[in-house]
Amino acid sequence: MKPAPFGFAKARSVDDAIALMAQQPDARLLAGGQSLIATLNMRLSAPKLLVDINALDELKRISLKDGVVEIGALVRHAQAERSAEIARHAPLIALALPHIAHPAIRNRGTIGGSIAFADPAAELPACLLALGGEVEIANATGRRRVAADAFFTGLFETALGFGDILTAIRVPAATGEKRYGFAELARRHGDYAMVGLAAAARADGKVLKDVRLAFFGVDATPVRAQAAEAEIEGGGDAVAALADDLDPHDDVQASGAAKKHLAGVLLRRAMTQLAEPRP
Amino acid sequence: MSERFHHIALSVNGEEVRERVDARKTLVDFLREDLGLTGSHVGCEHGVCGACTVTLDGVIVRGCLTLAVQCDGASVETIEGASDAGTIADLQEAFRTRNALQCGFCTPGMLLTAAALLAQGGVPSRATIRAHLSGNYCRCTGYHAIVDAVEAVARARAGEAS
Repeated sequence: MKPAPFGFAKARSVDDAIALMAQQPDARLLAGGQSLIATLNMRLSAPKLLVDINALDELKRISLKDGVVEIGALVRHAQAERSAEIARHAPLIALALPHIAHPAIRNRGTIGGSIAFADPAAELPACLLALGGEVEIANATGRRRVAADAFFTGLFETALGFGDILTAIRVPAATGEKRYGFAELARRHGDYAMVGLAAAARADGKVLKDVRLAFFGVDATPVRAQAAEAEIEGGGDAVAALADDLDPHDDVQASGAAKKHLAGVLLRRAMTQLAEPRP
Repeated sequence: MSERFHHIALSVNGEEVRERVDARKTLVDFLREDLGLTGSHVGCEHGVCGACTVTLDGVIVRGCLTLAVQCDGASVETIEGASDAGTIADLQEAFRTRNALQCGFCTPGMLLTAAALLAQGGVPSRATIRAHLSGNYCRCTGYHAIVDAVEAVARARAGEAS
């Protein structure tokens, strides 16, 4: 239960981090470390080099520009929890944050780390997907943006490749007609979800449009429930439609059948939240 | 720069410390093995149990999920420092009088975690106390007495009778 030996380097800038990563094919970025160091301790991974990016203040900013909230990759969960900008302009993320682990872990864990690690039962990847956000990625050749719909590609797999650094996430800022819902079931507060749901929609009179339901803890990645989304928009039976959307496997938390049932329970809760105008 | 061993200088419980550390050494192992501060406990070593909780630059962290080499220039406080400073004497007393510990293994982490909540001021609800302590396992008490102790201290500090 101790890490295998590794080298350690502190990056002084994003470019420096990219250069350091390029020197060693078996290098890992160290951000909050709240998942990485656990896997090192358990020797589930044994990289040759850790590139510590914690000193990169340029990645610790939260800003609102042209209707988009940009959250730097190194913004810690606790910083995001205290952020008035996130509470006001990215309320879905504010709803999700208290469910993420525990205070001591939220003090270190980062937004970018959660997205890059892409645990299938984690809250923030599902929020990013529900919001139709995007991630900003830097590498030696430049910067690019990848939409959330294309970012999560498999179990702990993302569009991030060798030499890539996730530098920020970007989500559309809340407007008056936007509605959000978040619900999660976990055995212990702060544990990874048995099942969870991040939901976003736009109210148009009495109906909801642009509904995006992102379930987590039910598949290898967070997944959209598009049949249920269409039923909500059309006033149909969204919970019944989940049968077409979700096919969760059994895991240590619950059987697939139980997860499917619980997904319906969460959808009802989230639909109640979506039906209410935001304060 | 990409070396395995690094020199670090940090403040631990108010004292300046300079050591050469292996990059793979966690903060809690550094505190225990290099500095002899064995009040911080090593439980699960993957961030689940909370026994290794210490304060890093003013906020509680997992000592097992932070590397010592990352703490160059930082300020660390352990249960030894908090206890000697007397800042949590009321909380320690409440734990004792309410039997909020039996074996005591989780207690240092539990105290520092609870102290972080109490430092926010006010009287948190029992549900808030439970949520705040949810990352700290106690396998003896069943938590009830711990929540009682934290609530009593919050009330006492707010000037209410418990």
